[in-house]
Amino acid sequence: MIKNILNLGDAAVYCDFGKDVNQEINTNVIKYFKNIKDKNIEGITNITPSYNKLIVSFDLMVTNYSKIKKIIENIEINEKSEKAKKFLEIPVCCEKNLKLDNDRIEKILKIKFDKILENFFNKEYFCYMTGFIAGMPFLGDINEKLRVKRLETPRVKVPKGSVGLTEQFCNIYTYESPGGWNIIGNTPLEIFNKDNQDDPALINPGDKVKFKQITKDEYDKIKS
Amino acid sequence: MSMTKSKVNFFEVERAGINTTFQDSGRKNFNHIGIPISGVMDRRNYILANAILKKDLNSPVIEFAYQGPLLKYNGEKIFFVITGDVKFQIIKNNKEIIIGEPYRVFQIKNNDIIDILSTNKSVYGYLSISEDLFLDKTWGSISTNTKARIGSNNGEKLSNNQKINIDHKNNNTSFTKLNYINSKIEYIRVIKSTNFDYFTEKAKNYFFNSEFKVTKLSDRMGMRLEGKNLENKVSTNIKSEGLVKGVVQVTSDGNPIIMLADHGTIGGYPKIANVISADFDKLVQMTPGSIIKFKQVTLEEAEKLFKFYNLETNNLINQIS
Repeated sequence: MIKNILNLGDAAVYCDFGKDVNQEINTNVIKYFKNIKDKNIEGITNITPSYNKLIVSFDLMVTNYSKIKKIIENIEINEKSEKAKKFLEIPVCCEKNLKLDNDRIEKILKIKFDKILENFFNKEYFCYMTGFIAGMPFLGDINEKLRVKRLETPRVKVPKGSVGLTEQFCNIYTYESPGGWNIIGNTPLEIFNKDNQDDPALINPGDKVKFKQITKDEYDKIKS
Repeated sequence: MSMTKSKVNFFEVERAGINTTFQDSGRKNFNHIGIPISGVMDRRNYILANAILKKDLNSPVIEFAYQGPLLKYNGEKIFFVITGDVKFQIIKNNKEIIIGEPYRVFQIKNNDIIDILSTNKSVYGYLSISEDLFLDKTWGSISTNTKARIGSNNGEKLSNNQKINIDHKNNNTSFTKLNYINSKIEYIRVIKSTNFDYFTEKAKNYFFNSEFKVTKLSDRMGMRLEGKNLENKVSTNIKSEGLVKGVVQVTSDGNPIIMLADHGTIGGYPKIANVISADFDKLVQMTPGSIIKFKQVTLEEAEKLFKFYNLETNNLINQIS
């Protein structure tokens, strides 16, 4: 399962699950994340899952690398401890000034924007991780025909709710932030709600997501 | 002396300062949804501020950078302490000016002013008061994270003309002090990181043997450095993965950036090194324009150095008199 365990500085354990980014490896990462989290191990200050890595940071006052490494190596992975995964439908409007990069993507892919959207909406996505900014989900995998690189110069401000594409993944900007993803539309839903202290992120690792195209009128209605 | 109902005690923020926030020891276990650890930048000076006042060491404080706040006090007498290399004064109600001294308890009364002029050749300073501050917690911490807009003060830095409410409990305090001088550091000690071998031999050599300059693009999120181009022979991007405080990433332009308290929780630049925990406090106090040299240590050495750092902090706490 874990291919390699290393230290990341003097206060974190770096668990490497393999080079590739796929749902099988990521499901393993999430499994470890949930099991380590459920154990409430003394001294652990953060557990950060990503596509194919898991970083466990700890308080060097309380514990150290070799102790945490040993615990992780010997942890019993309980498949049942996984929370039921959610299936979510996220409405997205791709009209007017919400589709910031339609021209750019059309040019790069040499596919009409309508066709791009048809492909994009016609697929179910898997949440690999959340982060970078609070609650931002990284969803995959994008149809191979739709893969574009990130912008050469990132935007200083990407509007809240923007839905972006980069290579294998799409994401949602949970609030206004700098960013370099190709924006195709915007969701009126609140993806991160800090007032919901128990479950602030609407989409969590392991969840399935399908996007649904809506009109500007529907968008405005949900927003108001 | 009237012992009637308790008055409302507060500071009026007449000048907020450059980057003044409420902080504590940080917000744990929310990295996985994109919430970094936050908390104070200079841990030792934070702990000393509370220790000198005999408070719980994890009590909230006001952290300021460069120019601090000017606070007018309203209420019954309280005590306060400022730590860091900080110039400040107390302007009494009768206009008398008392020159402040860090690491020493002072008292203020109704209408007195604390004027935190500046940090001296350093970045951060701390203000702790004998009483409790009324602050909201988000996920177990009052630390203000201005990027995610969470924590106390609605996730914002202090602003001019706002109030800071104080829960006056007449905490017992005496005029304690500590003799402490913030020392400078010759180099920042690091451990090689997971992508060290992404870099050319020349770049590795530069990293440990040349100087880097702290740029103005440094804040609570990260510290950007400038120096000789650190050439990468594999890729300037990795698959995004988790970050921790102290990671030194190298961006596509070949310059290092060090992750600090409010860092993004994941990132896709190669990691060349990690600053050791024992050197964080000294790192964050380096002002733009300062020169950084890196020195490599092993994990075992880093752990020993952290034990020593802790011992030193405890010795300082024991010297408070």
